[in-house]
Amino acid sequence: MTALDLRDVAMVFNRGGSNEVRALEDITLTVGQGEFVSLIGPSGCGKSTMLRLIGDLLRPTDGEIRVNGKTPAQARTDRDYGIVFQSATLLDWRTVLDNVALPLEIMDIPKTERDATAREMLELVQLGGFAAHRPYELSGGMQQRVAIARALSFRPALLLMDEPFGALDEMTRERMQMELLQIWQETNTTVVFVTHSIPEAVFLSTRVVVMSPRPGRISEGIDIDLAQPRVFETREEPQFYQHMTRLREALRKVDDV
Amino acid sequence: MKLRAVVSFLGTIAVLVLLWEGYKALGQATGGVWPGTSVNLPVRTNERSMPHSWDIVGSLFAPARRGGEDLLLVILVRAALWTWRSAVIGFLVGSLVGFGLGVLFVRSLFAERGLMPYVVASQAVPVLAIAPILVVWGGRLQFPNWVAISIISAYLAFYPVAINTLRGLRSPEATSMELMRSYAASPGQVLWKLQIPAALPYLFPALKIAASASIIGAIVGELPAGFARGLGRAILSFASSFSSAPEKLFASVLVAALLGLTFVGFVAVIERLTVPDALRQSDDAGPDGGVVPSTLAATA
Repeated sequence: MTALDLRDVAMVFNRGGSNEVRALEDITLTVGQGEFVSLIGPSGCGKSTMLRLIGDLLRPTDGEIRVNGKTPAQARTDRDYGIVFQSATLLDWRTVLDNVALPLEIMDIPKTERDATAREMLELVQLGGFAAHRPYELSGGMQQRVAIARALSFRPALLLMDEPFGALDEMTRERMQMELLQIWQETNTTVVFVTHSIPEAVFLSTRVVVMSPRPGRISEGIDIDLAQPRVFETREEPQFYQHMTRLREALRKVDDV
Repeated sequence: MKLRAVVSFLGTIAVLVLLWEGYKALGQATGGVWPGTSVNLPVRTNERSMPHSWDIVGSLFAPARRGGEDLLLVILVRAALWTWRSAVIGFLVGSLVGFGLGVLFVRSLFAERGLMPYVVASQAVPVLAIAPILVVWGGRLQFPNWVAISIISAYLAFYPVAINTLRGLRSPEATSMELMRSYAASPGQVLWKLQIPAALPYLFPALKIAASASIIGAIVGELPAGFARGLGRAILSFASSFSSAPEKLFASVLVAALLGLTFVGFVAVIERLTVPDALRQSDDAGPDGGVVPSTLAATA
């Protein structure tokens, strides 16, 4: 089953104005259920915009998008996806538990039930002991884990992630990548992951989509057939380096354009 | 921490008294000029222009009128309570209106474009000029005196609340708003669960400004209202006997200031109970600048 289907999608900001920006053009992409797809490309290639189009946070100026066979607006209303941004965007006046439970609260799920679910999600991201803390008492990596727990709290079939580990240090980042892969396998979610990092894209993904800037287009799709589940040693395998090289070359090509 | 607050409060008072009395002593010593020059000091230092601080405080504990029963303090506190009553009503009405306008403006760009210029212009009108108009209108409609006074008070109070509420409701990051949209939250849910909690740290500094502005509004409103019981009237009558008993006017000003401080203090206590420590703004200016109480300038 296809989780995502984008056909000839285009996005133009300020159409007709002097500051018109053609952010995306000719985007056609299909993502199957359970895939982990990374979008990578230089800044200005529209990868974040693409994520927002899928999430119905923006409307495309052209083309057609299907999320789980539905329009993005319908999928959003049905709470089919969870989203994680580069900044954790937690609400400082709520406890960690109440932050994770926020989506459930909005869905009018009774308090005992949503608290139980939120606790379960905090265990999943290994923050079980921090339920009563305030977000500003946590480190950046922990805050981002809370944000992931929040996105997973209502068990969406699709997880949209916009450079979620971009602000973390390298070691925290690698640990979070491991955790994310474990969650991905346990929950059987489809993930669309925006990143700048070549090793991150190779390590996490089943497929990497390379994009070129101005206007943002898909230039190449690279299957990453490294063995699953990926482990810390995966990064030391020769195939890992081959994929990195392949991806780096693909990126150099789009940068030259 | 409590002790430090008390010490700094008392210290500030001591410094103010020292400055007052020091300036006065300087003027008395030099005959009213800067030392070593023939340039006049800006304010005369005789007993009429600047009574001793202890005379001002002492007058509070003396009968207000020769042979009268009540101490000046009692009369002024009674007057202050009357003024406060009008001010509290004005503050509550003004804050509610201000908050409502903030919510309306954040929900409707159309309303903001249309009404915001009038909201800003309202504060450019000197309240001294509209006070008599409102009093006359209120009298024609046979409202009790305090209604017009409270309306004037509300007129000064709503503005900082409206401005800072709007600013506070707009304070959540764009990604927070996108997050709420991703959950398909209703506009009401976005307001209650995101925007209003985020606005509280902005709201309280504005409420403190509104509290003191509402007192000023009430005092100014009492002047044309012929309202005999409030502080405004007391100030007016002591001003007319300034040459014979200046310390009484200073004492009324002191009580008026204390009334304002007390009211602001009440709001601060409510803030302390409502907004968690880590989110509270330490100064009164609001998270990034806040509003300038231009209303105070307009009434001066």
